[in-house]
Amino acid sequence: MIAGRYARQERFAPIGKTGQCRLAAKHVVIVGAGALGSANAEMLVRAGIGKLTLIDRDYIELSNLQRQQLYTEADAKQNRTKARTAEQRLQAINPEVEIKGIVDELDEENGEKMLHDADFVIDGTDNFQTRFVINDVLAKHRKPWVYGGCLQSTAIALSIIPGETPCLQCLIDHLPQEGKTCDTVGIISPAVQMTAAYQTSECLKYLTGNGLSQELVQVDIWGRTYSAINVKKLLNPTCSSCSQSATYPYLTKEKGMKTVLLCGRDTVQVRPGEKGSLSLSALAKAVKTFTDKINDNGEVLIFEVEAVRFVVFQDGRTLLHGVTNINVAKQLYQRYIGA
Amino acid sequence: MQIHVNGRQMEVVKDSTIGDLLNRVNIQEKLVVVEQNQQIINKAVYNQTTLTDGDVIEIVHFVGGG
Ligand SMILES: [Zn+2]
Repeated sequence: MIAGRYARQERFAPIGKTGQCRLAAKHVVIVGAGALGSANAEMLVRAGIGKLTLIDRDYIELSNLQRQQLYTEADAKQNRTKARTAEQRLQAINPEVEIKGIVDELDEENGEKMLHDADFVIDGTDNFQTRFVINDVLAKHRKPWVYGGCLQSTAIALSIIPGETPCLQCLIDHLPQEGKTCDTVGIISPAVQMTAAYQTSECLKYLTGNGLSQELVQVDIWGRTYSAINVKKLLNPTCSSCSQSATYPYLTKEKGMKTVLLCGRDTVQVRPGEKGSLSLSALAKAVKTFTDKINDNGEVLIFEVEAVRFVVFQDGRTLLHGVTNINVAKQLYQRYIGA
Repeated sequence: MQIHVNGRQMEVVKDSTIGDLLNRVNIQEKLVVVEQNQQIINKAVYNQTTLTDGDVIEIVHFVGGG
């Protein structure tokens, strides 16, 4: 270990040298490497966490750079994947940390495999569907995590210890249909930083042997309001996710091709029924026969046809930009990529 | 009458309810936790729970962005 790297953090009494040693033996998984994921990851890597896994399904676009601090304009121009780019950037920041970036979407099939050996999980997702999957997986495995959300100038966060404090399902009894998203009403980066600061603090507290907060916290960094509600009493003894009689509704497997309309983006994600490795170079060859609008960077294959932009990942998962109808997206996927 | 919402003073009409307040600040009831004078209010009774002068209200609203 390079002498003095963590000296200031060790000086902070609640952590100390003992806490610092504990941190070096811990594994944190961050789901999502967008704005919240980037901010949390950078703080944890600088803080000297032992191992960090970052899971993200997306690639970098110009409109991300305003708030997603790990990425550069060159990354956006090349449409690199967030998970792999973040891994490289974070490794350069601190070579002592074991860092792994996974280009995939966390879902009911892979969720348990991805999260079972985490000491703590940080929510860096941008949608409630994935959050409820995380909520079920971690309730089942009794692992702590911290929810975080941000929109406009507001930050919201809550630590969850399944079985001891209310889970997301206890507090929101079904999947919300979000009316507002970052795409429709916007977001400023201070709201991201505020949320991530709270999440990383909770993570550091837990991993160094300090207690987690029981409060649901909301800060409007622009309007300068702060609100905190102790939600301990809302732990639901018959909760379908975290009680003794849990059924884990979000871990029920769906079969076949899966599609999801990405809120506010005119984009449909299509995921083939069988996960497997697709040969992007073979697909690129086929695509070149019908369009010259094509870009293959080895991580993702991007091409345009019928005024729709296809972004194909190695596992076959594809984003179709310019489509808002799920059935149309399925047909386009079958036509140009296969069943 | 005056109440305090997330630390800020707000003027509301007499006999208005928690439900009225959420409507006014344009927040979906399902996604919210509301505390009135340090008591969490059950979602089922938002429209029957009236506000009184000097109430201290905390509203926390779940959002999906990240
Ligand atoms: Zn629960």
